[in-house]
Parts: sequence; structure tokens; C-alpha cells
Amino acid sequence: MQRIVYADNAATTRLSEKAFEAMKPYFCEYFGNASSLYKLGGQSQKAVDNARMLIAQCINAPQPNNIYFTSGGSESDNWAIKGAAELGERKGKKHIISSKFEHHAVLHTLEYLEKHGFEVTLLDVHENGLVRPDELEKAIRDDTALVTIMFANNEIGTIQPIKELAEIAHRHNVVFHTDAVQAVGTVPIDVQDLGVDMLSMSSHKFHGPKGMGALYVRKGIRLPNLIHGGGQERGLRAGTENTAGIVGMSIALKESVENMAERNARLEKMRDRLIEELLKIERSRINGDRINRLPGNVNMCFEGIEGESLLLMLDLQGISASSGSACTSGSLDPSHVLLSIGLPHEIAHGSLRLTFSDENNEEDIDYILSKVPQIVERLRKMSPLWEKIVKESK
Amino acid sequence: MAYSEKVMDHFANPRNVGEMSDADGIGEVGNSKCGDIMKMYIKVRDNIITDVSFKTFGCGAAIATSSMATELVKGKPIDEALKLTNKAVMEALDGLPPVKVHCSVLAEQAIKAALSDYYIKQGIDPETIVGKATECDES
Repeated sequence: MQRIVYADNAATTRLSEKAFEAMKPYFCEYFGNASSLYKLGGQSQKAVDNARMLIAQCINAPQPNNIYFTSGGSESDNWAIKGAAELGERKGKKHIISSKFEHHAVLHTLEYLEKHGFEVTLLDVHENGLVRPDELEKAIRDDTALVTIMFANNEIGTIQPIKELAEIAHRHNVVFHTDAVQAVGTVPIDVQDLGVDMLSMSSHKFHGPKGMGALYVRKGIRLPNLIHGGGQERGLRAGTENTAGIVGMSIALKESVENMAERNARLEKMRDRLIEELLKIERSRINGDRINRLPGNVNMCFEGIEGESLLLMLDLQGISASSGSACTSGSLDPSHVLLSIGLPHEIAHGSLRLTFSDENNEEDIDYILSKVPQIVERLRKMSPLWEKIVKESK
Repeated sequence: MAYSEKVMDHFANPRNVGEMSDADGIGEVGNSKCGDIMKMYIKVRDNIITDVSFKTFGCGAAIATSSMATELVKGKPIDEALKLTNKAVMEALDGLPPVKVHCSVLAEQAIKAALSDYYIKQGIDPETIVGKATECDES
């Protein structure tokens, strides 16, 4: 039988068995509306309260009511950014600072705000994929309403100096938000130590159910309503709670946090071996900083080939991966993340992202290493671009 | 987005792939910035394309359309090859996802570019026969 290697855990993860089991009773048995008075409703309310407490503990939030449940990372980002923009606007502040390689949930929200009169400064992330704190300091103006910088990049896995960046923002009395979708459940997060005002997370990135997320909001930030209606989420985001989803998210996060240190030591070893071996392929490169990097992220470019055909060939061998090529982004341009770290188009087209979770092992790395070099060679053999590269180097 | 079985077959087992050292015409279209380059080689005897091969840098659809285009013109008279349309390439592959239609356009252009090169080598102005070549067409 062909080996199946799921190496796209930055896209989504398998639901944890524990989370699945914990969710089950809340579909048919404890189906009550958490807002209802009778016992059945109370059971749901209790489950939601417990989950909120558990999630608050996992990121060291001071109070459970700092946690607002949402439908996922994109909603959390939209709410935090538009909300902070509205708060800023009330004081005449219409400038926002972010970075060039944010997720589209952030970038497209900022584009929307630009159409409504906001000015946006996107910080450079340089060739290593890291924001420079001194450049944030220089970009802050009197009318800056918000700084929003992602915790870890979804494509190249680089981890930003969030604590330092938040300190700089606060020194200038500016609200600081971080899109931590790729980081929560993956690396240690302590919102009090980091000093962030708001933090977005997404459940399905840490083996929780899809369609669930949360926004951490520090006490004192009076975020405007997202959904008008009932009194759920302290009246800020109306709508009957997704009890099963909320429970599943909290159990998955607890599990991810509990075995984090052991898991990351193992993943880092696997990651570094894979990178070292893949770098032996002629004209290959690793994208993003090697040190400040998510434990399960490998992002490489192989010159002379195109990413989508590489992915299809890998899929034929049972390996699920991802790429930042134009053909996978549905446009003529390759990923904005790879362009933001200064890669030329033709190199960015040949990118490969492999992202690992607790469910991967050394045998998976062996299997990937037995396939990638031969596929790269096969595609290069039929590539007129590779022919040119070889000719020019002679 | 999903590819048809035929596309996957031509991608996984491309026909007529590789360089041709004694080609009578070579055409190259696309550019690396856009993410796809197709290079076609043809051999011509008595106005018939007796052999054809290709090299392609690009996505799955780019490789599959190149492969199918070579199959469609192989052994055919030149005037028939000149009538090859991107639509015919797409139909032969049981369709392409909308975002990949430009790959079939590129395959058609690559065949025409090889024929143009053949005419130039014969001392004949290709423009009246083949038409003007365009590059990186997003249609």
C-alpha cells in the first residue's frame, strides 16, 4: 500500500480524537441553548463557561471573559482590526501599521479600511521574514490607531518579536493586535507576558474543529459590537453558541499545550533534518529565518520548476503539501509572502511548503526525502527554464 | 479546482517530451515571470509534421496541454496544424478549470511559434501564414 503523508498542517489539521469525543454529547444529548433557563440549557452554558476558562488558561489570559468566541481566525482578525479602527477614528486617529506578509484576512481588511479613509503603512519583513522593531518605532505617528503584526507567518513560519513590538506600540499609546493563528497551540503563548491587547486564534490549526476561533481582548479595550442581536459573548457577538465547537476547540488546545515541549523538540529535529537534506538539491534555498521559525515549518524553493506541478507529483506519491506558486494562488503572481522577502517571481514560482504536526514522524521525513529529489530532477529535465539556468551558469 | 483524468494522465505521463537535436522549427512562448514557458520542436517532411516534442516549465495544466498539443499535430499536414485551437486542446483533455484556460492558449501559440520558426528557416515570411505571435496572453 502507498504511504500517505499529510504535510500540510498549516492549512488545517486532523480533529483530535479527544476533542471529537468531548464534542459528541453536545449534538444530540446536551443540545440545549446555552441561554435557556432550564437544566438542558444550563448544561450547555456550563460547557461554554468551562471551555472559555480552559482557553484563557492555555494562553494565560487574566480572566475567562477576555476570550470571545468567533467563527475562526479570519473573523477574529476582521473584528479586531475594524474594531480598533473604529475606536481610533473616534479620536481622529486614522493610521494603521502592519506588515507586508500578513494573512489576507488582515491585508484585505486593511484594504477595505483604506477605501474608508484610513492610511496604512506596511512594514518590510526583509530577506529573513522578520519585522525590525526600530522600523515599527519610526513608522508610528500621532494619528496611529493600531499596530497589527502576525505572530508567525503561515507560509514561511517566521516568528516575530511580538513582545518587543507590543512594547513599542504601547510606549506610543497605540493598540497592538496579533494574528496568532499559526502560533496558538504550536508555540507557548502568554498574553500577559507578551503584553498584546488583542490576539486572534483559530481552532482547526491545533486539531480542533473547523468553523471555530476566538479573539483575546485585554480588559480596557472596549471593542465595538461585531454582530448585533442577543446577549451572547457579553453582547458583542450575538448568536447562539456553537457548543460542540467551543468544547472541541478547548479540549484540542489543552491537549496541544500539554505536550508542546516534547512535541516541538521532536518536530524541530525532523524539520532541521529535512531542510539540511533538501538543501543538498542543486539550486535550492530555504525561505525565512532558520532560528525564529515554527517547529514544523519547511519552506523551500527549487529553481527551474513550478510549484503546482511539484505538488501534483507529490500527491501522486501520497504526499499532501502546499506551494506559493501563481498557479496555486489563482493569479499570475506568486505568493505575496515570498515576494515580500525579496524573491524574484521565477524563483517564487518553484516553492514548496511542508508543515508537520504531532501526527508526523521520522519515517514521513524519510519518505519525503525519497521522493522530492527525484521529482525535482524529473521536472527540471522537461523544463526549458532549467535548461537556460544551466546554460547561463556555465 | 480539480483536473480531469485525461489532464492527470498527460501530466503524469507526458507524450513527446524532451529536446529534439535536429528540429526543423523551434518555438518558445510564455515567460518565467508568469510561471510558464513552453518550448516546441517540430520536424517537417513534405509539409507534414513527422515528429514533434516539447519542454515545459509550468503547472500541471501547462504540461498536460503541451503534451496534448503535440499529440494533436503529430503526423498532420502543416495546414491542419495551423488550424489547431486552444479549444481543441481543451476538449481533447475533457476540459480545464477556468483559471487554466490560458495554458491551452499557450500550447496553441507554442505550436504556431514552432511553425513560424520553420518558415523563417525556409526563407519564407511566416506572418501571412501563421500570424503574429503574442506572449503571456491572459485570455
